[in-house]
Amino acid sequence: MNRIGQSTILLPRRPAVISCAALAGKKEGEGPLADDFDRIVEDDLFGEESWEKAEARFQYTAATLCLEKAGMAPKDADAALGGDLLNQIIAASLSAREMHIPFLGLYGACSTMAESILLASMLTDGGYMRRALCTASSHFCSAERQYRFPLEYGCQRPPTAQWTVTGAGSLLISGLTEDFPRAIARIPALTPGRIVDLGVTDANNMGAAMAPAAADTLCRHFEDTGTSPSDFDLIISGDLGRVGHDVLLELMQQKGHPLDESTYIDCGLEVFTPEQDVHAGGSGCGCSAVVLCSRILHQMENHQLRRVLFMATGALLSTTSSQQGGTIPGIAHAAVLEAPDR
Amino acid sequence: MFDKKAKPSPQRQRQLDKYQALVTRLSPKSALGQGLFRSFWVGGAICCLGQAIIEIGQGPLHMASNAASTLCSTVLVFLTALLTGLGVFDRIGQYAGAGAFVPISGFANAMVSPAMEFRREGLVLGLGGKLFSIAGPVLTWGVSASVVVGILYALFPW
Repeated sequence: MNRIGQSTILLPRRPAVISCAALAGKKEGEGPLADDFDRIVEDDLFGEESWEKAEARFQYTAATLCLEKAGMAPKDADAALGGDLLNQIIAASLSAREMHIPFLGLYGACSTMAESILLASMLTDGGYMRRALCTASSHFCSAERQYRFPLEYGCQRPPTAQWTVTGAGSLLISGLTEDFPRAIARIPALTPGRIVDLGVTDANNMGAAMAPAAADTLCRHFEDTGTSPSDFDLIISGDLGRVGHDVLLELMQQKGHPLDESTYIDCGLEVFTPEQDVHAGGSGCGCSAVVLCSRILHQMENHQLRRVLFMATGALLSTTSSQQGGTIPGIAHAAVLEAPDR
Repeated sequence: MFDKKAKPSPQRQRQLDKYQALVTRLSPKSALGQGLFRSFWVGGAICCLGQAIIEIGQGPLHMASNAASTLCSTVLVFLTALLTGLGVFDRIGQYAGAGAFVPISGFANAMVSPAMEFRREGLVLGLGGKLFSIAGPVLTWGVSASVVVGILYALFPW
């Protein structure tokens, strides 16, 4: 069995990330990662007539750009895996409609990028696929109208609220030996998340809802593999935001695996500056996707980072469950990324 | 969850309470003083504008007082709808909160913003169906409450 401990999966072939692309919207393009994005799309509608179609185009453009950068066409990937936040993950389906390759649609809320990496690396490691494309997107305007209010509705956002990132990230995972020399990063181990719900009902405080799941996944990973936070150059959480970031630090302290603040970052805090008036930080499937597929993978390619634990977090609520007073189920999936051997 | 009568075990309840306390401690609070100040001056300014419209109606335009009040509502609703359409009102709302909302401007914004947002789903099911999605609850319970008050007033007219 390629497993270790309670739930960590080992990948003996260590599949390789061989290409990545990140597209971001205007506001994200004014943030600290502007120089790392492959493309900044100034037009929120991206030339389409609705936010949903615009998001699908973000996702499709990121996916095809990722393949292009590897010198490949969609047919060189055996499947596209991905998702988004919209009802019935319509952006991912519309994007896959244009690619004419097998499509596995995923919903993991904001953890979708990590979920697709988990599945794609197992599929390629097991020899079921040569290469698999992972894509995730979110769009501020499509998320607002679905989860909250019409865009022009003038309600106040509480300080714990997060700002949905407009953008899409895509990466190509390969299990082929001939692709390994061009690897940006290798994936040796994964820890899938389980749902943890500590009773948070406030949909405006999703960082707090997800932090216990993040702590659970991190602890299981460290205990399963016998590693500690100091074994990683960087531990990255998806979109916990300011509140979730602080809660996770506290929870990890309590659980006996304290995180070092200098080697722990949250994508929600990386993608915007505090001056951009995003309250607790960025969120959405696109948040962890654009940060991973831009700066993080660039730094791994340049060997500035050697060993990284990427963990995207998801708040698996629906608007219906929230209105019925339900608590928010949180999840977090983790994947270890190692810089390529040289 | 699946067993409705089951209460969380005392241990689980302690865990939930402890976590709630942690979240409350680490979550930033809304700045109450700043919020009150902003909503006071913006709300006050909107009301002053309304009063000015009434004065103009009654003075130079020689209107009766109820006609002047209607003029005031109409102008404020129009201005809010215009600012909503121009994409400015949501920023005023974010800045001033209830100050921008409690005058009739909030109602206009609550009608125009869904109309703009859901126009893409068509005139019937989109605009028509979603027009009252925000203002609807206010109307439902506002009208219901006024019916109840009306009945009480008819029964006890003193």
